[in-house]
Amino acid sequence: MSSKILEKQQLSENVFKLVLDAPKIAKKRKAGQFVVLRIHEEGERIPLTIADADPVKGTVTIIFQVVGKSTAHLSELSKGDILLDLVGPLGQPTHVEKIGTVACVGGGVGVAPVFPITQAMKNAGNYVISIIGARNKDLIIMEDEMKSVSDEIIVTTDDGSYGYHGFVSQALEEKYLLTGTKKIDMVVAIGPVPMMRALCDVTKKYNVPTVVSLNSIMVDATGMCGACRVSVGGKTRFVCVDGPEFDGHQVDFKELIDRQRIYLDDEKRCYDHYCSCKQQGKGA
Amino acid sequence: MEMKERLKIPRQPMPEQDPQVRKRNFDEVPLGYTPETAKTEALRCIQCKKPECVEGCPVEVDIPGFIALVAEGKFIEAAKKIKTTNALPAVCGRVCPQEVQCEVKCVRGKKSEPVAIGRLERFVADYERAAGEVSIPKIEKKTGKRIAVVGSGPAGLTVAGDLVQLGHDVTIFEALHAPGGVLVYGIPEFRLPKAIVAAEVDYLKKLGVKIETSHVIGKVATVDELFAEGFDAVFLGTGAGLPSFMNIPGENLNGVYSANEYLTRSNLMKAYKFPEYDTPIVRGKNVAVIGGGNVAMDSARTAMRLGADHVYLVYRRSRQEMPARIEEIHHAEEEGIELHLLTNPIRYIGNDKGWVTGIECLQMELGEPDESGRRRPVPIKGSEFIKEVDTVVVAIGAGSNPLVQSTTPGLKTNKWNYIVADEETGQTSREGVFAGGDIVTGSATVILAMGAGRKAARAIHSYVMSK
Repeated sequence: MSSKILEKQQLSENVFKLVLDAPKIAKKRKAGQFVVLRIHEEGERIPLTIADADPVKGTVTIIFQVVGKSTAHLSELSKGDILLDLVGPLGQPTHVEKIGTVACVGGGVGVAPVFPITQAMKNAGNYVISIIGARNKDLIIMEDEMKSVSDEIIVTTDDGSYGYHGFVSQALEEKYLLTGTKKIDMVVAIGPVPMMRALCDVTKKYNVPTVVSLNSIMVDATGMCGACRVSVGGKTRFVCVDGPEFDGHQVDFKELIDRQRIYLDDEKRCYDHYCSCKQQGKGA
Repeated sequence: MEMKERLKIPRQPMPEQDPQVRKRNFDEVPLGYTPETAKTEALRCIQCKKPECVEGCPVEVDIPGFIALVAEGKFIEAAKKIKTTNALPAVCGRVCPQEVQCEVKCVRGKKSEPVAIGRLERFVADYERAAGEVSIPKIEKKTGKRIAVVGSGPAGLTVAGDLVQLGHDVTIFEALHAPGGVLVYGIPEFRLPKAIVAAEVDYLKKLGVKIETSHVIGKVATVDELFAEGFDAVFLGTGAGLPSFMNIPGENLNGVYSANEYLTRSNLMKAYKFPEYDTPIVRGKNVAVIGGGNVAMDSARTAMRLGADHVYLVYRRSRQEMPARIEEIHHAEEEGIELHLLTNPIRYIGNDKGWVTGIECLQMELGEPDESGRRRPVPIKGSEFIKEVDTVVVAIGAGSNPLVQSTTPGLKTNKWNYIVADEETGQTSREGVFAGGDIVTGSATVILAMGAGRKAARAIHSYVMSK
């Protein structure tokens, strides 16, 4: 089904938010699930986590960072434009229950997918500690939204331009795990793969169960192709249908990082082609 | 023409693109009959009183009937005749294994060669489409019954086509963004041009079938929710879309694909036109394709067209046991695909960046027959060898996608998670729910799925009309 862009907002230099008309998906989606969209006939299928949804208005919200041609194109669309295809909700929903204190950790644009999980964890009666981080102050997104669903929040920046100076994993360890001021029963972490890996290394030391949400390369996203396969506890799993959330202590992050790089050269070529076409005023 | 002379006409060959040219393009390989060759070939049919060819056809096309019309030059009428029992003649004329169905039964095959039924079917369907005179058959009075068809592959399209003609209100739900199922994501352009699939789907739309793409049943709506929405019956034709891997070391290395992914990227996403199309695909120079079926042939021939220097087809049994159509093996060899028979991969070797660089194989020999009746391949001790490759495509079969089964309480499945359905009616363990095609039988052929669809359509019709 196609979908109309109802709202567009720029959250930081390279991060955008779109509110899409998608009543059927809005009604069914649960925290942790994602959609796949295709902008136009020549476009690729882009998986994006549902950052928020309004079943009454019939809308879903997606937040994305411009990393290549397709996301650049997506960022140039305006309110009222139509996405050729939108399919969802896909993937397994987050397992949400009251377990005590949950730390929800988001890095970079990973704050967007961590938001609905944080919201669900809070609604389930958990004490929620949020830790969100980015390279610098300008790249911090959704601070107010995260605050509204958290009991405590720490903002971190790699360069110290705002909040805690350091990585989210360091903040979690220094402020909570090391001091033991608050026993954390579970961590949910979403962000760049190196961040999730660093965070899992920390929580493993303290034996704190950690769930990560993976954004592997996908094609159909319905279990048909296996592009998204990842090793979890030595077993091959498909992120699109078995995930996207897995036990972070079991994920083979090295393999995941390698697999994320399969099309790096092609993606660059495609993006350059797009940029040069635009410069020549041909569109792409 | 006298019968005696007709018996002297040899089977008309169909011209094909030269192998050296076609191995680097994605255009269709066989070029089709001309009206003249079609008429000549049609004269070879002796119009048997009890045509055995029809018995060989899972959808019972009136073969002598349409061939008689071809002989008279009435091509449009011939197309109409086929379409009374087969909604997808241009597809079937191309991908049906006629050599084991209608043509194997043709009496002409006993003394000479069988009538080229598939080529004639393809010719009339193409002729009708090119002439722009696609005929719409009579549609029965509206019944007011609503049927949901899940999956738009060969089974689903057949069910939808049959039921809409009986006056029902039919909606197809397709998970991907384009209808056609395996016809669009699996079978390559050079064997089945996508414009032909689109035309056949368009024909169904003209008959009144509604198609909702990007709808994953089991996710956006369950089968029970379809009933709650007011559908009177549901047909499940979700296919065998789960890729199988061998679970050997190195299978997750970069450059190792499932055939499903490789073909979906190339066919559905048109990665062979990258960067005009956005989806990339690894264009390997030394490609190993694992498997011996039609999907393996399609993958190997795709790899060649993507610019490979060497494509190795690695199959653990011998040529005799290969499940692929002989014609496809022949086409592949003509295009330079190198067959490594009685060879089985045991692991993939990678570099420090996680890319596949080699494949270690064992030589096999044939032992006693196994449960499939084929002689079991047995490893030869100490025969390990390594071949350098930069791309691997694993084409060893597919399983059932569990999305619908796992969200439909009371739907019985077998130990492979295929849906249990009556062979004659498609009736499942749930009232009003029917199933057919690969999701019931496991991976089979387009025409068998269509045959199952035809039977299920009859059963669904009598079910909803008696409700």
